[in-house]
Amino acid sequence: MVQLLTPDGERVPHPDYELDPTPGELRGLYRDMVLARAADGEGVTLQRQGELALWPSLLGQEAAQIGSARALRDDDHVFPSYRDHGVALCRGLDPLHVFRLFRGVTHGGWDPADHNFHLYTLVIGSQVLHATGYAMGVAAEDAGTAVAVYFGDGATSQGDVSEAFNFAAVYNAPIVFFCQNNQWAISAGNERQSRVPLFRRSAGFGFPGVRVDGNDVLACLAVTRAALARARSGAGPMLIEAFTYRMGAHTTADDASRYRDPVEVEEWRGKDPIARLGLHLRTTGLADDEFFARTDREGADLAADLRASVRGMPDPGLADAFGRTYGSEHPLVAEELAWFREYSASFVAAEEG
Amino acid sequence: MTLSLVRAINEALRGALADDPKVVLMGEDIGKLGGVFRATEGLQKDFGEHRVLDTPLAESGIVGTAIGLALRGHRPVVEIQFDGFVFPAYDQIVTQLAKMRARSGGRLGLPVVIRIPYGGGIGAVEHHSESPEALFAHVPGLRVVSPSCASDAYWMLRQAIDCDDPVIFLEPKRRYYEKEPVDTTAPAATLHSVRVVRPGRDMTLVGYGPTVRTCLDAAAAAEEDGVSLEVLDLRSLSPIDFDGIEASVRRTGRLSVVHEAPVFFGAGAEIAARISERCFHHLEAPVLRVGGYHMPYPAGRMERDYLPDLDRVLDAAERTLAY
Repeated sequence: MVQLLTPDGERVPHPDYELDPTPGELRGLYRDMVLARAADGEGVTLQRQGELALWPSLLGQEAAQIGSARALRDDDHVFPSYRDHGVALCRGLDPLHVFRLFRGVTHGGWDPADHNFHLYTLVIGSQVLHATGYAMGVAAEDAGTAVAVYFGDGATSQGDVSEAFNFAAVYNAPIVFFCQNNQWAISAGNERQSRVPLFRRSAGFGFPGVRVDGNDVLACLAVTRAALARARSGAGPMLIEAFTYRMGAHTTADDASRYRDPVEVEEWRGKDPIARLGLHLRTTGLADDEFFARTDREGADLAADLRASVRGMPDPGLADAFGRTYGSEHPLVAEELAWFREYSASFVAAEEG
Repeated sequence: MTLSLVRAINEALRGALADDPKVVLMGEDIGKLGGVFRATEGLQKDFGEHRVLDTPLAESGIVGTAIGLALRGHRPVVEIQFDGFVFPAYDQIVTQLAKMRARSGGRLGLPVVIRIPYGGGIGAVEHHSESPEALFAHVPGLRVVSPSCASDAYWMLRQAIDCDDPVIFLEPKRRYYEKEPVDTTAPAATLHSVRVVRPGRDMTLVGYGPTVRTCLDAAAAAEEDGVSLEVLDLRSLSPIDFDGIEASVRRTGRLSVVHEAPVFFGAGAEIAARISERCFHHLEAPVLRVGGYHMPYPAGRMERDYLPDLDRVLDAAERTLAY
């Protein structure tokens, strides 16, 4: 397992993956993780208050998401799963988009072209094939960019993910498969998904796989950077298994205490990705109290802004949805929309009459 | 030029590949072999392996990567080898392909065509004779069409490839080798419009794909008995040109729908319901359906009794006209 920063905040070398970040970059990674955790925590709170239908928390996976996402170039294209709020933040997506999705205002209303960041995909593993096809297109155009796709440990059991691995290998697609192994697919642990470590899956398809400490933001950054460079150079796909832990429940609809041992959760609390980089920044003197206070304040401000925006969010009307099913004229849609408008108007007329 | 239906498909694919560098063909055995029905014969040789992809044997993978290619700006045309093999891809088609535009607020169109040789009548083994059209027509976001003849096959496929929505393109495999003159320069009709194939007075027969020929044969036989049957080729199952059917039924007052797929919850049920609503006061008889029975498609030696044929169409006509 590749590790560059121990849980005690100590830098350790690795023969294959070196990284020489500037103090500013280190502080930036810390700040990204704090902001991601703050926005995520607000998601949980707003769901509890009835403002959101659901929230899948990323708690504990900040390093895997921020480290990998900060390795990307703007012109690389990203296919997320549905827990990748930290990646979204790094891509520059307005976090409100994600809140709209989990409030039930849209199914994913942002334009992927704006930040080279595709819509969330909720069906497990489907996006891995989409990313692979996209990367096949990139390869055909000789575009010199890479594609990154995010998925979890549970997704590796899906046939679509195995098919994607195979297509990517056969067509030598410039893609990085970034698997966040948070060890729990709702209530099913790793032993119910695989008999071999996940990073070894790629060997059977003919491309390399690496396991990285998913709570080590520096290791995630270094390994993803190398995998992306490899993909852009035409050397083909690579699998990264970020070994991490889902500190919260699967979603706000889940109760993790029914299936897992609190001792295990406590053990992982000691490997917290933010605390570990914070410790490093303190002991090396690369950040002072003022930095930590300011960063915490930024997180609190982000959460407050999100809270205010979500609470004031109006409900959309169904009439707008009719025209989005097809790209051009469709007689059935037109007929149903006309009927819906007339029917809706009859209530207004009745009230006025 | 005179072309068989399958050659017309080939010509349409060739034309699309030549006209638009973004068009790519994907499928099992479509390159070197030219497809098991030879629909893509010669295309990889002429356009290269980057335009005509021999894919791994994985239908979900083919459609899933086609979605990705479409997101990148390509226009993939996928061949599913046989009707019964589409279901590994059904999740990607229904859950992803059909919904992408709606869930992106109308932004992301996926111009993907999925060609499926479908239907029975060729004495094939299991899983090679199915008619799954209703399973696709029921899904918002898809367009579903099926040509019945070479001429329509050519321009309908060209239009399907030009369409910015996903299109399920169902090819009646037992009509693949029926020939007719095809004018590839003639202006095309609208993809989703009904065609009056044979005008008549007493009753309307609606067929599509493989059953249009069956309806025409029935109409020819009925004429000898002095009964005039009008035959419509539906051409499109989603959307359906109800205006076109209504116009015919208002004239004839009677309607029967003929398809190979099981009658229960089939296209005929939708047409019967809508036409009953639209033409209630013009109908002289209930709308009858002629189609498959509620069983998995039977083994080849039984299919003659399973498939709607001339006699079953005439039987329905007789019952309808008896009202």
